[in-house]
Amino acid sequence: MTNTLIKAEGLSVGYQIGSGIFQKQILKAVDNVTIEIENGSFFGLVGESGSGKTTLGMALLKAAPITSGGAHYSDGEVEYDLENISKDELKDYRKRAQLIFQDPYAALSPRMTVRDIIAEPLEVMGITKSRQETDNRVREIADKCRLNLEHLRRFPHAFSGGQRQRISIARALVSAPKFIVADESVAALDVSIQADVLNLLKQIQDEMGLTFLFISHDLSVVAHTCDHVAVMYLGRLVETAPTRQLFAAPRHPYTKALFSAIPSLDPDDRGKAQKLEGEIPSPTNQPSGCKFHTRCPHAIDVCKRDEPQLQGDGSGHEVSCHRWKELMEAIPA
Amino acid sequence: MSGLIEVQNLTLQFRTDEGLITAVDDVSFSVDKGEVMGLVGESGSGKSVTAKSLMHLNAQNAVYTPESKITLHTDDGPVDVLSLKTPRELNVVRGGAISMIFQEPMASFAPAITIGKQMVEQLLLHSDMSKAQCKEVSVEMLDRVGISDAGKRFNQYAFELSGGMRQRAMIAMALSTKPRLLIADEPTTALDVTIQAQVIDLMKDLVTEFGMGIIFITHDLGVVAQTADKVNVMYLGRMIEEGPVREVIKNPKHPYTQGLLAALPKLEDLDASLTPVPGDIPSPLERPSGCVFNTRCSQVVGDQCMSQLPRDVKVDPTHHVACHIYSEAAE
Repeated sequence: MTNTLIKAEGLSVGYQIGSGIFQKQILKAVDNVTIEIENGSFFGLVGESGSGKTTLGMALLKAAPITSGGAHYSDGEVEYDLENISKDELKDYRKRAQLIFQDPYAALSPRMTVRDIIAEPLEVMGITKSRQETDNRVREIADKCRLNLEHLRRFPHAFSGGQRQRISIARALVSAPKFIVADESVAALDVSIQADVLNLLKQIQDEMGLTFLFISHDLSVVAHTCDHVAVMYLGRLVETAPTRQLFAAPRHPYTKALFSAIPSLDPDDRGKAQKLEGEIPSPTNQPSGCKFHTRCPHAIDVCKRDEPQLQGDGSGHEVSCHRWKELMEAIPA
Repeated sequence: MSGLIEVQNLTLQFRTDEGLITAVDDVSFSVDKGEVMGLVGESGSGKSVTAKSLMHLNAQNAVYTPESKITLHTDDGPVDVLSLKTPRELNVVRGGAISMIFQEPMASFAPAITIGKQMVEQLLLHSDMSKAQCKEVSVEMLDRVGISDAGKRFNQYAFELSGGMRQRAMIAMALSTKPRLLIADEPTTALDVTIQAQVIDLMKDLVTEFGMGIIFITHDLGVVAQTADKVNVMYLGRMIEEGPVREVIKNPKHPYTQGLLAALPKLEDLDASLTPVPGDIPSPLERPSGCVFNTRCSQVVGDQCMSQLPRDVKVDPTHHVACHIYSEAAE
């Protein structure tokens, strides 16, 4: 048995836009992505808005339509092929794979008490048999997420952002999932609270043996929490590597540009950043060849013509760039 | 002295059903021409409310104490902002001498009116230019902030522009009236890092070019380190630390500022654990007595933290901190 929990192979998600015979167009939000998420890992997914990271997360939860390729889930108890999953299997998969949303203000119903919010998945999925059992389970999870009994009787409006996010986490965990997609889960929080929620996620992962897909645009947060990072650009995977390796020696020009755009805390470090020109192109009008060539400072003719493929070196570090080797030699990171 | 705006003893309360809520408590600061001031603090610390009071923009239920004083220096002499009443008087500060950029550019533009029409409208209000001149200035401004094909963008709607472009258009609009002070309320929070870097660069260029003052409100200390000349840290309506950016970030004095910096994930050391500031910011209805930070402070020195408001202590001539740790040392 391999230790892979989720494996996506050549996964694409496309949406049809426009109507009529002549205006039909396919918008490829995720394009031919292959990733393996190991059991018990904290897998980071980074990229700008519009890079398809949320859509990929949704596709792995079977919440976005997979147009080609496939994804395979295997946790040792069950194995599902997400492309051809039956209705009953999907019901079971929903218990095993859960989502934590970005905005804790929008994700919680203002008219339900915290207890009801956390209990709802149990009741809907028919996991618990009696009210007593539900209550016990809710208390157990609330305790894990550092919410006390007093909190359970209140409504979400009485809570701060950090507390709300802990409620969202409790709701996602209550069905005892194996796989959690955390979509920008700390982006809406203040730094002082953000660290607290990140520590909680890590602690829960340890205790419950969970696997996280952590979607974020904040590279320093990803660097601190994830074991493995994948970088996306315009629906494609451009680089993937173990976190340390990626941050020590990024290979793709896009990854390098992302790193250097992080505002440095050192006021004496101003203006040293290598700036990326322009913006991410529209996914309906994608560039030919390498998708990044329109903004890449190192683009040459071959980049405009041929699309690079992900190439690995056996260490788990893969990059899709025609020139990464010569660039690494010419400009050491 | 090239003072631009001075805020003295600003105290602002909101009248609500649950009683008077103190949002800003005895805050004083000043901004000079060509100076960028970073205003830092978490949600609920009162930074936006403070900025809005500079334009007298707070809601009807806001009460300013008689000691509060905001003085704006214009070419026609000093203006006492809080005494302005009629819309005509207020126009001097709102969009005239002071412009504001908001966090969410999509929400700041009217969705059903073209960008150009909105830019021209405000120029007509604040200047004596003709419509044609206004258009010319607007297009020029769009071009200046790095929007390609400005003539075409002028006739587009906000939804047709990408996030970064919208924020640039917002900046162009705010600057076209040639304000003396620009208030930027979390202008880069909704943007990607790569676009954020571009917008920060643009704002730095504009300060040099127009010589205006900027108040940069943000919770991102990295952004502050890259842009500001001086930093003011707010917590629960009080100014707890202020000083030159290098001083405050490299040598923070207040336990809260230290906590904020420690909570930030650092790329240089991936092994360092993240240290959150424990607890949450208290509701303004339950302001702690004594030092406002005492409920979350890990360095409480004694009873005075619970009962006495800490005085403003100068650790050096430009670096001030309001904390009992330092008031003892000073005595």
